[in-house]
Amino acid sequence: MAFFFEVLIGGLLAGVMYSLVALGFVLIYKASSVFNFAQGAMVFFAVLSFVGFMELGLPFWAALPVTVVLMVAVGMLTERFVLRPLVNQSEDTLLMATIGLTFVIEGVAQLAWGVEVRRVDLGIKDEPIGWLMDQAGVLVSQLDIVAGVVAGLMVTALALLFSRTKVGRGLRAVADDHAAALSIGIPLRHIWALVWATAGVVALVAGMLWGARSGVQFALTFTALKALPVLIIGGFTSVPGVIVAGLIVGAAEKFAEVYVGPMVGGGIEGWLPYVLAVLFLLVRPEGLFGEKIIRRV
Amino acid sequence: MFYREAGQYFGSYVQDRQLLPLRQDRIGMALMLAGAVVVVPYVASDYWLSAILIPWLILALVALGQNILMGYAGQLSLGSAGFMAVGAFACYNLILRVPGIPFLVAVALSGVCAAAVGIVFGLPSLRIRGLYLAVATLASQFFIVWALDKFGWFKNYDTAGVVTAQHIVILGHRFTAPWEKYLLILAIVAALTLAAKNMARGSTGRAWMAVRDMDVAAEVMGLSLLRTKLQAFAISSFYCGVGGALFAFAYLQTVEPSAFSIELSFRVLFMVIIGGIGTILGCFLGAGFILLMPVFLNTVFHAFLGKAVDSSIASALEQVIFGVLIIGFLIVEPLGLARLWQLTKERLRLWPFRH
Amino acid sequence: MRVDSIIRRGLRGVLAVATIAATALAATPAAADEQYFGVPSSRVGPYAAMGTGYYGGIIDYLNYVNLKFGGVNGVKLTWEECETEYNAARTVECYQRLLKKGDQKMVVFDTLGTPGAYAVIGRMAEDHVVLAQYGYGRTDAADGRVWPWVFNAAGHYWGQIAVKMNFMAQQEGGIEKMKGKTIVHLHIDTAYGREPLPAMREICKEWGVRLVEIAIPPPGLEQQSQWLQIRREKADWVTFWGAGSGMNSTAITTAARVGFPRNRMVYVTFGGAEEDMIPAGDAAKGTYVAANAAPGKFPLIQDIEKVVYSAGKGNMQNPERVGTVYYNRGVGAAVMWVEALKNAQRIHKKTGKTVNGDEFRDGYEALDISDAKLKELGILGMSAPFKMSCTKHDGSERFRMMQWDGKKFEMLTDWVAAPDPKFIRKLIEDSAAKYASENKLTPRTCSS
Repeated sequence: MAFFFEVLIGGLLAGVMYSLVALGFVLIYKASSVFNFAQGAMVFFAVLSFVGFMELGLPFWAALPVTVVLMVAVGMLTERFVLRPLVNQSEDTLLMATIGLTFVIEGVAQLAWGVEVRRVDLGIKDEPIGWLMDQAGVLVSQLDIVAGVVAGLMVTALALLFSRTKVGRGLRAVADDHAAALSIGIPLRHIWALVWATAGVVALVAGMLWGARSGVQFALTFTALKALPVLIIGGFTSVPGVIVAGLIVGAAEKFAEVYVGPMVGGGIEGWLPYVLAVLFLLVRPEGLFGEKIIRRV
Repeated sequence: MFYREAGQYFGSYVQDRQLLPLRQDRIGMALMLAGAVVVVPYVASDYWLSAILIPWLILALVALGQNILMGYAGQLSLGSAGFMAVGAFACYNLILRVPGIPFLVAVALSGVCAAAVGIVFGLPSLRIRGLYLAVATLASQFFIVWALDKFGWFKNYDTAGVVTAQHIVILGHRFTAPWEKYLLILAIVAALTLAAKNMARGSTGRAWMAVRDMDVAAEVMGLSLLRTKLQAFAISSFYCGVGGALFAFAYLQTVEPSAFSIELSFRVLFMVIIGGIGTILGCFLGAGFILLMPVFLNTVFHAFLGKAVDSSIASALEQVIFGVLIIGFLIVEPLGLARLWQLTKERLRLWPFRH
Repeated sequence: MRVDSIIRRGLRGVLAVATIAATALAATPAAADEQYFGVPSSRVGPYAAMGTGYYGGIIDYLNYVNLKFGGVNGVKLTWEECETEYNAARTVECYQRLLKKGDQKMVVFDTLGTPGAYAVIGRMAEDHVVLAQYGYGRTDAADGRVWPWVFNAAGHYWGQIAVKMNFMAQQEGGIEKMKGKTIVHLHIDTAYGREPLPAMREICKEWGVRLVEIAIPPPGLEQQSQWLQIRREKADWVTFWGAGSGMNSTAITTAARVGFPRNRMVYVTFGGAEEDMIPAGDAAKGTYVAANAAPGKFPLIQDIEKVVYSAGKGNMQNPERVGTVYYNRGVGAAVMWVEALKNAQRIHKKTGKTVNGDEFRDGYEALDISDAKLKELGILGMSAPFKMSCTKHDGSERFRMMQWDGKKFEMLTDWVAAPDPKFIRKLIEDSAAKYASENKLTPRTCSS
């Protein structure tokens, strides 16, 4: 029984990690209706730069804001040179442009900081919590708990931002219709800058937690692909949906791997989230919390 | 001056509808084919034949399949490498288990297997579109590669888990020399390209394009969405499957799932985008571009920077240039290289005049 | 849209230049008195750390031979690199590209990776190129009668797993104590990861050990479920067969997270190097690793630093990596190439001239590296002594066990062979015979 809870908690917390990456996607989609396929690469670039700056000598608390500024710059450059020229193109074209952007960011990251695997030391040990082990016989890592708390805080903050503040309303207006938003006087440039900055910060936090868990390396970008099923199940435009979906995906993945995996030789984790997403799509195409898709004919 | 249709008349509807109405086009195509069949095997080195031309033709075929799905039928797909894998393994197993099966029949049947799998994974397209469909095709990609790797039956329980593809034997003759394989693949690709071109021109293609442009209107008009979409998936997967079988047998000479990873799917996607969505010529141009770009960059770096540059830097630079080119093409010429060629042809029509 | 049309014309120009320039692919041909080597490096992607270290070591040694001895009997060594990204299709393309430099054909090919090796293995006999698998690749190539052109110097995976099983038994206090224990083989879900299983299953059956096979889908940055399973199975030992620094270090951190003791984990040669242990930090202390090339600043390595790096020709971007596991492995591989070259020149009376593929193959097969020779080369203790023969293409089959102490590797044993080499040999010969019959090959007969 304790083992069941271990798998469950482990799965939920792994799901939280996926949600963190997916959060960046949702932010940008909510504010500009652009699906930024390059978010995974941005997570990688953010944490790699952070570690790189620390190696260059900056202390932890100085490297953090420097990296944030860097990510904002990346976001602004993307908006200016990739998204603005393609402003009226089809969704598919934008998607493919962001796929190209992924390549660019990955290449630049490797050029700038090299290909070695690096460590992120957040000062939190990735080891089981002692008293929980002794009391309930259940293994939960400290780092996972911290990640869960951080994710929860971020999601709450962002949800409040979007629904309660004037800035948030502006963001949603811009996502709905650029021209209408402009006509009311909402400053598009500022809004977009803010969105990309926030997405960059989210990417950095996600990257730091992932890096602390698994090391900073190129393969991080593949794991980021798993954020796509999370987005689909949760709905592209819902911040709380991302967390719920992340929990579902994480838990389902782990349960399948542990209980069904041995029967087929393992490796189910690689494709289960995607198949799960497809099944969800067939039943509820807009995801659990997303807005219903209305197509004009 | 030379490239005009003045003086060319058609006497029947059949003549009017032919594939290459202009005489200059026909002459050009004949010369090109003659060159490809007769001149290239003599002139090209073994390296060019086996490392550049053969994969170019094969990947152009796969890009053709992807283009049918994405360009003509409008269904975004990231799973082409998965269907290639199905074709490759099907071909291997057919030759292994059906004694005496002719190679070409095996290739055709492996295409049919891939088509069947394509239909199964294409079913979600009836309910979802756009990016969501792309993620669904990702599911097919990962699942297919996992299944082919996991179940030893596909690899004949080989201890090492990597199988060597059998030799290509047609009518008792072994195709081992690069020029032999090149001619064989040229023949197959030419035949399938002609078929694709005719499908695109005909009612099948029109149905696909109707579905791509506005599927609700198409359904209202009486087109069966089920039939059209699944047909697109089936034919596209057939091409990818045949391409995959040829990829494994004529190029790699091994049949292993990891050669058909998600990176290959992305490469095929880029071929279609850069070459030109919705065009047949675009597949060939795109495949050539994607194939030659890393080679070209590599040569440039070696020639100008020599051994002073660490090849990891060169490779990262390659990736960056790749990505920049893709974005550049999408911004400047979203219809791809094929459109550039079309513009050139239109200029030729007016030459020596400007307009 | 003037800017647009300019860009368009520019794009067309680039295309034209690209096609023309691509025809100029043949670089300068190799000079008549230079021996050409093709180097298919993999310096990008998840295996970058491995590739940069290994191929850096190879290139450094080739440079060293040129600088210190003026080549091999006056024949300078030259090479071309081609990036494979550790991808089978690219390896094939690089193979084609590197095959000829001018008139000279390359004599040896070392893909560093099993997928690449399998992709090119069928061409070796036709093209007369030696496939030098340094401790990886197709294990049954050790039977030189079926595979005259393929070698596994520095051991193979079946020998390695036997040595490791023996080591575990020693730690437990004897083979009888292994009965009833549980070993988990945690591996990457590819052919490479499953490679040792045939031998492992046999050994476990014989010893009465329960073997559980758990696969990790690549890239393997998430191993929570696998390690929870390991805990549920109450494993006594875990043999880890991973690839790529991410997967390797993640295994250690996840093991720490579920509380599995690191000193019950035995890593594979290609999974356990400094670049894999360091990212895991303190958690990696105590992990055991098998080695077919020991790390450390052996006399040869020091000499390379002196001769090559002070002349500014060192290949490693980070000179601190000289002397690490992957680097030394590369140096070991290159040492074999050069010794094979010397043999080839001697056997075929071509001292001072370049050799072709057949001659190089004979030279490689005649490799006889004794302890005395290792001492002369300056790598005593880094590589194991061995002798190749016509039937036996698998080098030394011996490994050293080492343990990570948090900062470096501590060598625990000397060169240990598998306890029952005949048993392994039988498995190899069976597998090679199966391949020969399936592909209708006649194995050659050997006099020795």
